[in-house]
Amino acid sequence: MSKVYLVGIDCSECSTRALEYAARLADKSKLQLIVVHVIDWSPFTFNTPKENEVRHQRREAELERAHEEIVDPVVSKLRDQGIYARGVIRHGHPAETISSVAREFGATNIIIGKTGSSRLKTQIFGSVANTLVQISEVPVTVVP
Amino acid sequence: MPKSMAGRLCVPLAVLYALPAAAFADESIDSRINAAVQPWADLVSGLIFSSFPLAGVAVPFVLVWLLFAAVLFTFYFRFINLRAFRHGFQLVRGDYDDPVAAGEVSHFQALATALSGTVGLGNIAGVAVAVSLGGPGATFWMILAGLFGMSSKFVECTLGVKYRNEYTDGTVSGGPMYYLSKGLAERGERFARFGRVLAVLFALFCVGGSIGGGNMFQANQSFMQLVAVTGGENSWLVGMGWVYGIIVALLVGLVVIGGIQGIARVTSRVVPMMGLVYVAAGLAIILINAGQVPSALASIVSGAFSPEGIAGGAIGVLIQGFQRAAFSNEAGVGSAAIAHSAVRTDRPVTEGIVALYEPFVDTVVVCTVTALVIIITGSWNPSVDPGQGVALTSAAFESAIPWFPWVLTVAVMLFAFSTMISWSYYGLKAWTYLFGESVITDAVYKILFLLFIVAGSSMELGSVITFSDAMIFAMAFPNVLGMYFLMPVVKRELDVYWDDYKQGRLQKFGRAAMRD
Repeated sequence: MSKVYLVGIDCSECSTRALEYAARLADKSKLQLIVVHVIDWSPFTFNTPKENEVRHQRREAELERAHEEIVDPVVSKLRDQGIYARGVIRHGHPAETISSVAREFGATNIIIGKTGSSRLKTQIFGSVANTLVQISEVPVTVVP
Repeated sequence: MPKSMAGRLCVPLAVLYALPAAAFADESIDSRINAAVQPWADLVSGLIFSSFPLAGVAVPFVLVWLLFAAVLFTFYFRFINLRAFRHGFQLVRGDYDDPVAAGEVSHFQALATALSGTVGLGNIAGVAVAVSLGGPGATFWMILAGLFGMSSKFVECTLGVKYRNEYTDGTVSGGPMYYLSKGLAERGERFARFGRVLAVLFALFCVGGSIGGGNMFQANQSFMQLVAVTGGENSWLVGMGWVYGIIVALLVGLVVIGGIQGIARVTSRVVPMMGLVYVAAGLAIILINAGQVPSALASIVSGAFSPEGIAGGAIGVLIQGFQRAAFSNEAGVGSAAIAHSAVRTDRPVTEGIVALYEPFVDTVVVCTVTALVIIITGSWNPSVDPGQGVALTSAAFESAIPWFPWVLTVAVMLFAFSTMISWSYYGLKAWTYLFGESVITDAVYKILFLLFIVAGSSMELGSVITFSDAMIFAMAFPNVLGMYFLMPVVKRELDVYWDDYKQGRLQKFGRAAMRD
């Protein structure tokens, strides 16, 4: 039974480096990789009735897009390199969701890029990596 | 007996009087619109509010209808309004939400959306009217009606989710018209026909309600408040209601016809903030006058049972309280079931339990704050004109916080706007149920809706308020009747669910799971 590592990705440059790092580790230590992409979403927002009506439809579209453009290409590339990889896409608060997926799959380490896609947002609210370092129950590797 | 009730009794007279009056209307556009619409509004409200005398008071039948249902549901479901209160909070908080299903409409979102359709002018203007006509004691009956109303809301929202339509494109449509037709159809061929009749009736009244309480009343009261803060009778806005109506109609049109969801989205974010500001300001006034709270509470209780100088005595007070509670939280009316149906859950009961919070927040919290502020500041006055609605509440807040009427004006206009957006949606759902979904039927309804905004802001409050009440209450007839037949279905679902909950068979997720 090989160890499970989790790698969190969005669509930015940084997560490419995080992925490369995770792939090297996985190749060397025969790890299983869980590739996680979180669609930022909160259950505590105020919506119009119209937004609620089409929510399910939107969610399906968001998931499909995340699969096609972000997660699936990464997973198939990893598998081509002979690495066991599995993609997971969730809606939610990015850091909290990554942490709970790690728990769900019994991951012993989380690998994540230093900053996400939006620099301004990071300046104001702090990055996903920062929050993850605070709340994670397993070691976190932050890739610069 | 209050003036408005007396007005309803002599409706035929009013019609006879108003028709020729239309011909002699003076030059003002406002009064011409008023003269054209008022007789019809009065006729409709006269029909819905047919009443019977009780202890010398005319009791509108529909109030007895709603209250009887609320009390019956409360007993039938063994005080679901109280026993599921804590569990409702856990559901809203998301303790039982599977993270794999995250991204769907959450319980909180469905509740918030439904609330933004009900919290609004009813809580501000309606309560002021109830307290002026019924005295402080009306507050007592209003709170009681709110608590019982929670049970009605539970039943209709559970049914709304259970019998909603899910289309292949992933969108959903739900509400009384669907549970009345689909739910009753499960009980055989004859019930199916009966259900269809109820569903069509409901949809007809819902379209009317969306135009009355969901539109004209909102436009009218928000304009009145604008007039009041800009100088009252001397305001340059007097007689300009139609201009205000056109501006609001354009804004609403941008959202519902132009599809500019951005405006709706901004409103839906700002409105809860305004609600919080309103309640916070109310609580602040109550705290500042903390010394008067005991006497205010005493006057609420004594006024409820042995009022002095109130037309109709205790029953007159009771009717005022019940009427305002029913108009404000709409429990039993069926409107909220349309908004709550968007939630995706395999346990419809959960949405019903979450919906308990709607009458609670709306009536027991917000309306009570308004009533306390009016009573404590001594702004209520039995001889005040019932048509003053918002103005009375505004004056009550002003006596403690002089600049608050301006905040209230912004709040009132935003509440009015968001309520119009919500009701335009409810009305459209009912309309498309009746006439089918097509670009033309859609457009016809939306244009009609916008025209009535202009009419509503031009009319006098008296006839607007009676017409609005009439249409919204009319929805309760088919809705509650259907709920009686469908309540065993809800009972079965609830019993299974509640057993699972009590035995700990419901899975908790996330932090909630770790807490245990």
